[in-house]
Amino acid sequence: MSKKIKSSFKNMVLVLFSVTLIASATVAYVYQLTKEPIAKAKLNKQIQAIKDVVPPFTNNPFKEKINIKVDDKHTIVIFPAKKNGELIGAAVKTYTQKAFGGEFWIMVGFKPDGTIINYSILEHKETPGLGSKMDVWFKEKGKKSIINKNPSTTKFTVSKDGGDIDAITAATISSRAFLDAVERGYKAFIKQNK
Amino acid sequence: MEYLLIIISAIFVNNIVLTQFLGICPFLGVSKKVSTAVGMGGAVTFVMTLATLVTYLIQKEILDTFGIQYMQTITYILVIASLVQMLEIILKKASPSLYQALGVFLPLITTNCAVLGVAIMVIQKNYNLLESLIFAAATAIGFALALVLFAGLREHLDLMRIPKGMKGTPIALVTAGLLAMAFMGFAGIV
Amino acid sequence: MSQLNNLTKGFLRENPVFVLLLGMCPTLGTTTSAINGLGMGLATTFVLIMSNMVISLVANLIPDKIRIPGFIVIIASFVTIVDMTIAAYLPSLHESLGLFIPLIVVNCIVLGRAESFASKNSLIPSAIDGLSMGLGFSFALTLLGSIREILGSGKIFNFEVFNDQYGMLVFVLAPGGFLALGYIIAIINKIKKAIS
Repeated sequence: MSKKIKSSFKNMVLVLFSVTLIASATVAYVYQLTKEPIAKAKLNKQIQAIKDVVPPFTNNPFKEKINIKVDDKHTIVIFPAKKNGELIGAAVKTYTQKAFGGEFWIMVGFKPDGTIINYSILEHKETPGLGSKMDVWFKEKGKKSIINKNPSTTKFTVSKDGGDIDAITAATISSRAFLDAVERGYKAFIKQNK
Repeated sequence: MEYLLIIISAIFVNNIVLTQFLGICPFLGVSKKVSTAVGMGGAVTFVMTLATLVTYLIQKEILDTFGIQYMQTITYILVIASLVQMLEIILKKASPSLYQALGVFLPLITTNCAVLGVAIMVIQKNYNLLESLIFAAATAIGFALALVLFAGLREHLDLMRIPKGMKGTPIALVTAGLLAMAFMGFAGIV
Repeated sequence: MSQLNNLTKGFLRENPVFVLLLGMCPTLGTTTSAINGLGMGLATTFVLIMSNMVISLVANLIPDKIRIPGFIVIIASFVTIVDMTIAAYLPSLHESLGLFIPLIVVNCIVLGRAESFASKNSLIPSAIDGLSMGLGFSFALTLLGSIREILGSGKIFNFEVFNDQYGMLVFVLAPGGFLALGYIIAIINKIKKAIS
């Protein structure tokens, strides 16, 4: 191996510069390679989230999406699902700020009259493990479920607060937040539909 | 009000060490004495706020402008490393007494993942400049608080009779676990 | 040191987590489940091997005074590459590891091995050292992740062992990470003593 290079100023600048240059070039190359797969993965996730919560549709919900700006950082997005031109429901991307970990985002599917078809959790910072619980809890039978209920006839707060939905055991705050998000999505959707 | 929420949440509810698991190495490494813990906490507060300021400006002015966000990790770590080095030189010249107090901790901060973590977090959270600075300072204070509390506990541990196998790191980790449990009590207040 | 010795040292004798106590942040932060621990471990292993190899090759070309910044740039590039690759092909893993992927840069294990081993040894031993340390790290993370996942949610690698309503949620949360790691290290210390 060659002899160790001296720590003269010229050497240091030269070496650090070339190391950074090579590093940037390599990273830029990999970035070009992975740019498309990353974009695709993100898109797939969103499409999947829409498919999960509304019945099969024939339109492109992305093209017809409606953005409802709430404030600088929050935009509720409504993805209308249409079958042969007729509105069969909509996936609403909605959020809450009342959560344990600040805020989280969910996707809720509504029938045109506002009845809930299904939901999925998009991103949350709640306690790990709770996300998977949220994913099934509100789909179970009875008072836990929000499926096939309509916020106009059912009180969408936890039973502890006098509502009609049972909170997740030992996770009342997250449950409150979840219902808050659903309610917010419902209101945005109904307002848009009128 | 919003700023107050950021502060309380960063110090207590989402304490960087005890709930987010960042900066554990110095948390375990320099927490044997309260006095060193205070010094480390001070140094981290200083560097974290300054590093967040610089990386934030670089992100918005350079990386975002040229669309090279993928250089984020490389740029940030270089900024932090050179910042720490510069601070060391400046402190040595300008304020020998402060250098005496913080100097030994400075090199350790480069590899403190809390600093890099916070710099990346403020970008992910979409904070503006003021919010970012408040968040960084509050997070650092949270770090210092956890460190000092933990050091206080460990000083007492030295005097206790601890089962042989649990001496040293194991009992320190269990203590940290209990401290983390106590901090869980803050959850939900914001 | 023979190469075989070099390869096996990472598992127990010089295990980066249990013995050297390095890389604590990802160790505690990503081990909420066995699969997350394994994913994080393998990502770190890749960075370790690659950066060790490159650094062993270029160590003599880098003047001493800028050794650390030079190493950090090399490590950071590999971390960025790993970050983008995982985002592209394993998006769900990318989501659950989140912030901890870019933070591999400041994982003391990587810089530590570069400084103490790779900069003084040639290509092959450095690669093996990276592999050994990386696998030891992965092993530690997977073990801790499995324990926390079983105790916390009654599953391991997502297979149900017992109903999760009997799980102790605290083990998935932050305090459980500290507690579980503390007891594992106590047991490892005991085993090491028994062997020697």
